[in-house]
Amino acid sequence: MGETILDVQNVKKHFKAGKHQTIKSVDGISFDIRKGETLGLVGESGSGKTTLGRTLVGIYEATEGKVIFDGRDLSKLDRKSKKMVNREIQMIFQDPQASLNPRMKVGDIIAEGLDAYRLKKGSARKQRIIELLEKVGLSPEHADRFPHEFSGGQRQRIGIARALAVEPSFIVADEPISALDVSIQAQVVNLLADLQQEFGLTYLFIAHDLAMVNHISDRIGVMYLGQMMELAASDELFAEPLHPYTKALLSAIPASEPSLRGAKERILLGGDPPSPIEPPSGCPFRTRCPAAMEVCAKQKPQWKEIKNEHYTACHLYG
Amino acid sequence: MPEVNDSMFKPVDRSRLRIRTKSRPVMGYWHEVALKLAKNKLALTGFFLLLIILTLSIIGPHLLPFTPSHQSLTEGNLKPSAKHWFGTDDLGRDIWVRVWTGARISLLIGIIAAIIDLIMGVLVGGISGYMAGRSRAGDRIDGFLMRIVEILYGIPYLLVVILLMVVMKPGLTTMILALSITGWVGMARIVRGQILQLKQQEYVMAAEKLGTSHFKIISKHLLPNMMGIIIVNLTFTIPQAIFSESFLSFLGLGVQAPTASWGTMANDSLGVVLSGQWWRLFFPALMISLTMFAFNAFGDGLQDALDPRSEK
Repeated sequence: MGETILDVQNVKKHFKAGKHQTIKSVDGISFDIRKGETLGLVGESGSGKTTLGRTLVGIYEATEGKVIFDGRDLSKLDRKSKKMVNREIQMIFQDPQASLNPRMKVGDIIAEGLDAYRLKKGSARKQRIIELLEKVGLSPEHADRFPHEFSGGQRQRIGIARALAVEPSFIVADEPISALDVSIQAQVVNLLADLQQEFGLTYLFIAHDLAMVNHISDRIGVMYLGQMMELAASDELFAEPLHPYTKALLSAIPASEPSLRGAKERILLGGDPPSPIEPPSGCPFRTRCPAAMEVCAKQKPQWKEIKNEHYTACHLYG
Repeated sequence: MPEVNDSMFKPVDRSRLRIRTKSRPVMGYWHEVALKLAKNKLALTGFFLLLIILTLSIIGPHLLPFTPSHQSLTEGNLKPSAKHWFGTDDLGRDIWVRVWTGARISLLIGIIAAIIDLIMGVLVGGISGYMAGRSRAGDRIDGFLMRIVEILYGIPYLLVVILLMVVMKPGLTTMILALSITGWVGMARIVRGQILQLKQQEYVMAAEKLGTSHFKIISKHLLPNMMGIIIVNLTFTIPQAIFSESFLSFLGLGVQAPTASWGTMANDSLGVVLSGQWWRLFFPALMISLTMFAFNAFGDGLQDALDPRSEK
């Protein structure tokens, strides 16, 4: 794994909620994504995964911090080069129902990027649509149908084809499989893996299914309340989780065989995640952490490389 | 049980599989809309009624050899007959001819109301909704437009007409002017709400991400998905405007005698209904009701037909 394609530096995204409150959906996250890899991003609902994903692709503007794509600071681009960079970063959405315009035919949906950048016209456009449909495992006659005539899995394939149309190099997949049947999930994940091989794509794969994330990702980042808790290679993270939150998450994966049941200790967390409007002082996880110490309330733990390529933010390793 | 082994299986010829997948014939969007509409009997009835009313408003007055203001005192208050299909009024004017000249005024008001609704309502609501939340300036534009809408919303149409009469004569122009001032605010609010909601849809985000221009986002993503609601709203505004015209003319605030309008005709006949001349009230009232019904039935069917998700 070589050069960095996306460098995220202390990115924050705050939303206004009423006059005096701000929701700190993403609150200071730094990491990098390397060319050709899949970085899995996990975390429970409301941890800011989707917000982070949308900030990285530029749907939201970061409140603070820098996103550097291929050496270019995204916030400092003029309109023209922004449009060019935008083409290289695409997104696959969570809900295949809501992410396709019900009034547009599938062919036009897929060609939306082609039309926006005026890449192809007439028969070349048609040819490209057919090519993309076949790439994602659909057939050419599907181009003239409407989205509601397809199943969830097929719709997600349409969404993938739409993102691929402009030949991006980096794709943020925002829970692309969580709305699908389990039997279809594997198909879509394998399709994503095949496409990655073929086009040398880089993925940020957002999900909450740990087993699936482990299957597709090279590295995994764990988020909690708008902050990154731990980041390591997938195998490493599963074998040797450092952060108490990661440990609790991993212990929640059901055993794959009945005979293994009970072999692992299940770490149960008390309570609910605190509100991102008023996050706890110090470490955001301290209110539910089984290993919380006095220092956790006073000081925010630093994001550090504990072992080779294994990052975490926790006072236990300080 | 016989043993199952690999030799018992053979691959299926792929070309045979293909044949079975029967694909639906490909049609254009508007073609599908027309087909769906044709299958809806109520909508079809409404459509043909509108067509008939429209046609008769054009050729109807020419079918009988009278003009709407042609008086013949010897032929006053005649029952419907072969000579006067809908009868005559107290001045001997032919009601058939007057009903269809009156239809022109009603339809004109309806069409003008629709145009004002579409242009002003959709434009103001659209700009307001699209700009909201985009930037600080956008929020300000949205706030400014919505305050105007709210102020206008508080002024009843009737009041505007009466106030306008201080400076203008009662008549068609006054009514149209009053309609332009207040008629579109409901549409503006609905369109704004729709746009605010649709903007949050993932397909709009995807389009923005793909670099689609604002114009195309509005014309391909936002407007088509609001068509149903816009049309339903129109099918309420048009008959409402037609009814307002009749009502105002009935009160004497609208079209002035001797011009024929459904409202003035109904007003003229008020005193004589009880003395047995039913046709003088019946025909204009019937036309008002039929037009209302036709618009509502057609609009309802159109809403269903415009939605590609609805069953054919």
